Amino acid sequence: MIWLTLRQFRVQGAVVFGGLAVLAAALLITGPGLADDYNEGIAACGSPDNCSRFYRNFFIDHQYYFGGLLAVVVFLPGIIGVFWGAPLITRELEHGTHRLVWNQSITRNRWLAAKVGLVGLAAVLATGLAVVAVDWWSDPLDETALNQTETTSAARISPIVFVARGIAPLGYAAFAFALGVTVGVIVRRTLPAMTITLVVFIAVQILMPMFVRPHLVSPVSRTIEITADNHGDLMLDQSSGTPRLRVEVDAARGAWTITDETVNASGNKVSEIVLPKSGNPCEPGPPDPNGEPPKGPPQACFDYIKQQGFRQKVVYHPADHFWPLQRAETGLFAVLALGLTGLCFYWTRRRLS
Amino acid sequence: MTVALEAQGLGKKYGKRWALSDCTLDIPAGRVVGLVGPNGAGKTTLLNLAVGQIQPSAGSIRVLGGRPAEGPAQLAKVGYVAQDTPTYAALSVADHLKLGARLNPSWDDALARKRIERLRLDPGHKAGKLSGGQRAQLALTLGIAKRPELLILDEPVAALDPLARREFLQGLMEAAVEHSLGVVLSSHLVSDLERTCDYLIVIVESRVRVAGDVDDLLASHHRLTGPRRDPSTLPADQHIVSESHTDRQSTLIVRTDAPIHDPAWTVGQVGLEDLVLAYMSAEQARPTLEAVR
Repeated sequence: MIWLTLRQFRVQGAVVFGGLAVLAAALLITGPGLADDYNEGIAACGSPDNCSRFYRNFFIDHQYYFGGLLAVVVFLPGIIGVFWGAPLITRELEHGTHRLVWNQSITRNRWLAAKVGLVGLAAVLATGLAVVAVDWWSDPLDETALNQTETTSAARISPIVFVARGIAPLGYAAFAFALGVTVGVIVRRTLPAMTITLVVFIAVQILMPMFVRPHLVSPVSRTIEITADNHGDLMLDQSSGTPRLRVEVDAARGAWTITDETVNASGNKVSEIVLPKSGNPCEPGPPDPNGEPPKGPPQACFDYIKQQGFRQKVVYHPADHFWPLQRAETGLFAVLALGLTGLCFYWTRRRLS
Repeated sequence: MTVALEAQGLGKKYGKRWALSDCTLDIPAGRVVGLVGPNGAGKTTLLNLAVGQIQPSAGSIRVLGGRPAEGPAQLAKVGYVAQDTPTYAALSVADHLKLGARLNPSWDDALARKRIERLRLDPGHKAGKLSGGQRAQLALTLGIAKRPELLILDEPVAALDPLARREFLQGLMEAAVEHSLGVVLSSHLVSDLERTCDYLIVIVESRVRVAGDVDDLLASHHRLTGPRRDPSTLPADQHIVSESHTDRQSTLIVRTDAPIHDPAWTVGQVGLEDLVLAYMSAEQARPTLEAVR
């Protein structure tokens, strides 16, 4: 059965593993150069301002490669689920070959176990290979993202990067594959099975960071003062005559912020801080001697905010929640994959003919 | 006498429709059994139940003493050439033989190679490129080289031209004799079965109408022709299979084990084809027919 499974899987397997081998070779060749550039830049930058600029430029220079590689790892499990999982059984059903193979001296369970086991293993292996190669290559960029406030959305704990790092992609691959096979066994036709698998898997990928992942590990919840050091985007709106300030803060370096809202002195959420009409303390100052705009509002603004009792409530996962979240999410998908596989075996034994 | 297949009140329901109902059968081992009936009569359902492809909704079925597809040993004893003789289009003829060798402990590789050679099939040829007749022969080769005790074939020649049909059935018969193989073969054409089978089952509208040794069936069925009369006046041991009447004349096909003495009848032989047609065209739900097996 192993021979037959591999024989049937030959072409599909060769396409994906061949593509990954080319990718891995390209990364292996370019990776050391990228790491050298990074190390030299860090060694040479000197002052914090210069280093900050180096981080930003270094990241921007490579952001398309970074994003592209991210996409490879994010989409690979879905591709595997759709092209390896869904057709695994439906192709047999559509061509009637299940009636040939089920009447050799091998039980249906063993037949399914060989197919699901081998191709499922290949699914996890392929994804693992992609993750190892991409994570290794992207390491300098991940570090840059961690050290650069403007690129905090690229930190490895942020929703999109998270599913392309660590061990979570393996869980996604197992889940996507099991989903594809099980949907295929239930709907029995290749194209509908591929479509349903794709839609469900993308929905899971979108809903997961929105509703599930934040709660897999208890996030940190704090109410902090808004200071010149921790503020993020500030938006001053003077259009209605009364100046209003909308505040965001950076909870912690490399963190994934889930809630970021301003609360007033009595602890209620406000969308904006209303500033006095005359003598607005948050009016931007004059340009600095080099002609560049000031980095932020004057200290008087933060003093005013503090004096009025406004604080910022933040709920976030700090950078060191990365591995606990990875373990929890991978475990969750492993359990889902096992559950789907169980359903697949049940359905194949009881409902297929 | 050992039993190849025994069914007790066997039935299979799809939704609300019974594809096969109340089927009770005893097929002796080592026979070449023809299963005949119109399309949609339940032949495929019965065969699929016999190989464990589907599970019964009612009753029970045992094949060679075991529950169908119960385990590797049972699967090894029963070969199946499914309807439309499926093969893997992307796999070569040689790959199919390898498949058979890998998945069947009792595989007879020499036999398989000899058959492929005799059929002049190129081992490197992809099964998808074979003609319908060649594909059927490949599927039959897989079924025979597995060396089962019973080989079940579902309409294997339905899609073949007359020449390929004859070659296929010839190959099947040779194998059956050579390896003392029991065969159950379904078809909607009696002519396919006439030359090959020594046991016949007629199945119509999901019910078994008649089953028995071909020679016994031929000996016990008679065509009676005579002046028009009411069939209910026949002796109790003569079961009417079919009847047709004109103004002056009645023609009946009856089944009886006793000789027919009534001088009013002209008694004629019934050929296998006519016999099957009589059962197929018989009125439904005739209680006497239900009793006849």
